[in-house]
Amino acid sequence: MKAFEIVTEAINPQAYADLVLRPEAGAVTMFTGHVREWTKGVRTLYLAYEAYVPMAEKKLAQIGEEIEQRWEGTKVAIAHRVGELQISDIAVVIAVSSPHRKTAYEANEYAIERIKEIVPIWKKEIWEDGEEWIGDQKKKPEGELK
Amino acid sequence: MISLHYFAGLKEQTGVSEEQVDLAGRTVDELWQWAMDKYPDFQTGAARVAVNEEYALPTDVLEAGDVVAFIPPVSGG
Repeated sequence: MKAFEIVTEAINPQAYADLVLRPEAGAVTMFTGHVREWTKGVRTLYLAYEAYVPMAEKKLAQIGEEIEQRWEGTKVAIAHRVGELQISDIAVVIAVSSPHRKTAYEANEYAIERIKEIVPIWKKEIWEDGEEWIGDQKKKPEGELK
Repeated sequence: MISLHYFAGLKEQTGVSEEQVDLAGRTVDELWQWAMDKYPDFQTGAARVAVNEEYALPTDVLEAGDVVAFIPPVSGG
């Protein structure tokens, strides 16, 4: 496994926490993002994630570098899963270690925000009566205002 | 030749995930024009272009051997 990777199998979050743990770290924060069943009243059956894998892994590593420069003493590992994911499956894990807890919390939130900005990964929601690539705001669930 | 990749909604609009095109010497902006001429359904929206796995500017010039990708608005996490 790598510290910044796109995976196709179920994510074991502890493995990424172990990657960032060091004697000088007094805190490890771990965020796991999960597949949510209900979004704005529309029921999701499952999600399909797609990634431009080499660029996505490069951009995840870039986020790690940004964090390690911005918050001294931090270490980061991030994995994102692609393929078909069921409700409650882990889509993303972010582990950050740092000497003290405040930094580990802040840096972890920064990572998920940056993932949503620059990492080429796309989510398709599949409902009972249709599907949509999220990020493409053209199509909306039936009944939702355009 | 340039290797051109499509993802997510853009892949569904073009019906192809990858193609080889003869666009060396053109700018990223000209690439957009080319794609919209070739694929009438192509929705540029807020999509970006990546050249060799880095986001490119509209004025960047494509070179032979480049790997180019249309990147629709991302939705990871």
